[in-house]
Amino acid sequence: MKFALDATRLERGYRQLQTRVHPDRFAASTEAERRVAMQWATRANEAYRTLRDPLARARYLLQLKGFDTDEESNTSMPPDFLMQQMEWREAAAQARAERDARGLERLRDDLDEARDAMLDQLERALDTGQYDAGCSLVRKLRFLGKLEEEIEEALEG
Amino acid sequence: MALLQISEPGESPDPHQHRLAVGIDLGTTHSLVATVRSGSAEVIADESQRALLPSVVRYLPDARVEVGYDARAAQAEDPANTIVSVKRFMGRGVADVARYGPLPYRFVDAPGMVAIETRAGVRSPVQVSAEILRVLRERAERALGGELFGAVVTVPAYFDDSQRQATKDAARLAGLNVLRLLNEPTAAAIAYGLDNAAEGTFAVFDLGGGTFDISILKLTRGVFEVLSTHGDSALGGDDFDQAIAANWIARHGLAAGDLRDTRRLLAAAREVKERLTADEQAGLHVTLSYGQKLHLHLSRADFHQMTAALVQKTLVPTRKALRDAKLDARGLDGVVLVGGATRMPHLRDAVEKFFGRPAFKDLDPDQVVALGAAIQANVLAGNRTPGDDWLLLDVIPLSLGLETMGGLTERVIPRNSTIPVARAQEFTTFKDGQAAMAIHVVQGERELVADNRSLARFELRGIPPMVAGAARIQVTFQVDADGLLSVTARENTTGTASSIVVKPSYGLSDDQVASMLKEGFSHAGEDRDARALAEQRVEAESLLSSLRGALERDSDLLDAAQRRGLEEQMRALESARGGTDHRAIKAAIDSLNRASEPFAARRMDRAVAGALKGQRLDEVSK
Repeated sequence: MKFALDATRLERGYRQLQTRVHPDRFAASTEAERRVAMQWATRANEAYRTLRDPLARARYLLQLKGFDTDEESNTSMPPDFLMQQMEWREAAAQARAERDARGLERLRDDLDEARDAMLDQLERALDTGQYDAGCSLVRKLRFLGKLEEEIEEALEG
Repeated sequence: MALLQISEPGESPDPHQHRLAVGIDLGTTHSLVATVRSGSAEVIADESQRALLPSVVRYLPDARVEVGYDARAAQAEDPANTIVSVKRFMGRGVADVARYGPLPYRFVDAPGMVAIETRAGVRSPVQVSAEILRVLRERAERALGGELFGAVVTVPAYFDDSQRQATKDAARLAGLNVLRLLNEPTAAAIAYGLDNAAEGTFAVFDLGGGTFDISILKLTRGVFEVLSTHGDSALGGDDFDQAIAANWIARHGLAAGDLRDTRRLLAAAREVKERLTADEQAGLHVTLSYGQKLHLHLSRADFHQMTAALVQKTLVPTRKALRDAKLDARGLDGVVLVGGATRMPHLRDAVEKFFGRPAFKDLDPDQVVALGAAIQANVLAGNRTPGDDWLLLDVIPLSLGLETMGGLTERVIPRNSTIPVARAQEFTTFKDGQAAMAIHVVQGERELVADNRSLARFELRGIPPMVAGAARIQVTFQVDADGLLSVTARENTTGTASSIVVKPSYGLSDDQVASMLKEGFSHAGEDRDARALAEQRVEAESLLSSLRGALERDSDLLDAAQRRGLEEQMRALESARGGTDHRAIKAAIDSLNRASEPFAARRMDRAVAGALKGQRLDEVSK
């Protein structure tokens, strides 16, 4: 099973499946059938949610391979990423303090770019069996996601 | 001659059997009922050809209950017994309704949900809403000439679990079989999308009398997928009336507090607001209780100025919905305006400016929700025709979670998850030998439990004695296709797992609903047992005919013994159905339902296998 996937085909497959199992197709059926439909539709949603999001998909794949991304407890990062992380944090704090929306947007674009690059690395790592590297990338991406969320909130507030 | 009957799962086996189904928009200021007749959705009007039913319920001195225009006309003379905008009280507590400002009701702090003291006694908002729904059910049954098979009832997308549950209870109380609770903006999207064969990403901006919803939907090849939804379940056209009334009170130095005058002013404000949609100026004469005559007047410019903050308030959830959908306001393919309050010119302008495009408004904003609900009801009832091959994927509006140590919320299911959805979380004990664990279910986005809505509290007992941290308690949240939650907890380390299922009971307990039902029937002079018997017989017949159809198509999924077992249970139900004991029929139905579950599961596996042929995960991999 590979990490890279065709998003359009995934979406099509998900929709085809929901077309068969969704409780709306069984609203006039027996209670037993309604219950089974709900269970199936629930599983289809869970599968789609996991596969559609690269980070969730990576975690799932790693878990299948017996690797724990260990995001809660393992906060150690390579020194260069730590430096980069601090720079971004400082830039975000400064832009927020100065209410510099343009600065925040620039930072968000930088983070987007960094994330895309990391996702490419993640795809290469996972599809060539480098699972430890994959775990480390998942942790980095999680950090990026959190920072991006904070920036979005600052932009709205 | 048809040798084989091939039909899609869920489709009615008999194509000629048309089931009567309606869509109901239970609105804050008015409600509607619609149905699909000869292929197109239409609103069912009353005898005077009026489509709208004012959502106003009056309890009269002679024990009658009046719903609609007459009740609305009486609101100023009998404010305490005339319940207006009851939707704002559904699933809400005393503290919630206090935030709405001065209201002419005597609220009673009932457990869970407020109640209102009227001359007919204490009435729950659920009972008041049921009166409105009953009038609509009767209107539909008269027009369609038969008993309804079921109804889709709409709720604001931003309604939380307690508000949804309260709505479903009200429908049950009104004698409706609820096929689905449907989110209002989604209903509007169905009516709009199917009408225009639209494709792309759309925002549905729905400002009703008392609630505001914004939903972002993706429409592709017959699938309506809600990407995100946000809103404010205490913001609507009513707030604009309040702003006008408050302005008049200040300007004319009126003493606030008289219930009748409050109602008169609000009714006048509403009329002036509606006239300002077309006119630059509006005014009218009002006589207050002590004979004081006033000329109340307002210009459009002043109205727009005094309510500019309310308009801005709608854009906050709109931004959040776009963010959750990861979209830009200018990147959408269209904006649909729903709800009478979107007729206000300054609101329209603000929305169009925000999205950078003119909004679609070719469908009547008052009717579009009921029309969409009717289309969905028709499909759910099994009256599906080949052209109706579309699917709806909706989301929950607010995160669901649990209270953890220190009064913090642990999120279990994030907002905007596609439903149905289930998620399990594991917890452990923090004391040696801890035998019970308190579980507190909350809904909302805030960190602190106290800032979120409490849905249910229950205790998992009988945890076997273990050292702290050894127990593994799994709490599972399941949200069904109506957006309603049930919670299960079990202890996983020992084989003797104790399990409990909780329906959050912020609304009404099943017992309360049962006793209200009883009260309703005795009031109407109906024989409760006769009604229950009739209902169970219909239910039994529908179960038997579904199973017969299923056996005809898929009997090869069962071996001879399994088939015999099932047929035996079916015969048992048939004979119970011939009797007059509704409890015995119910028991036979339950037992047959349980017995048929493995068969249902296998039939579903077969349907899925068909859908997934050649769709293994390996193959979607690049």
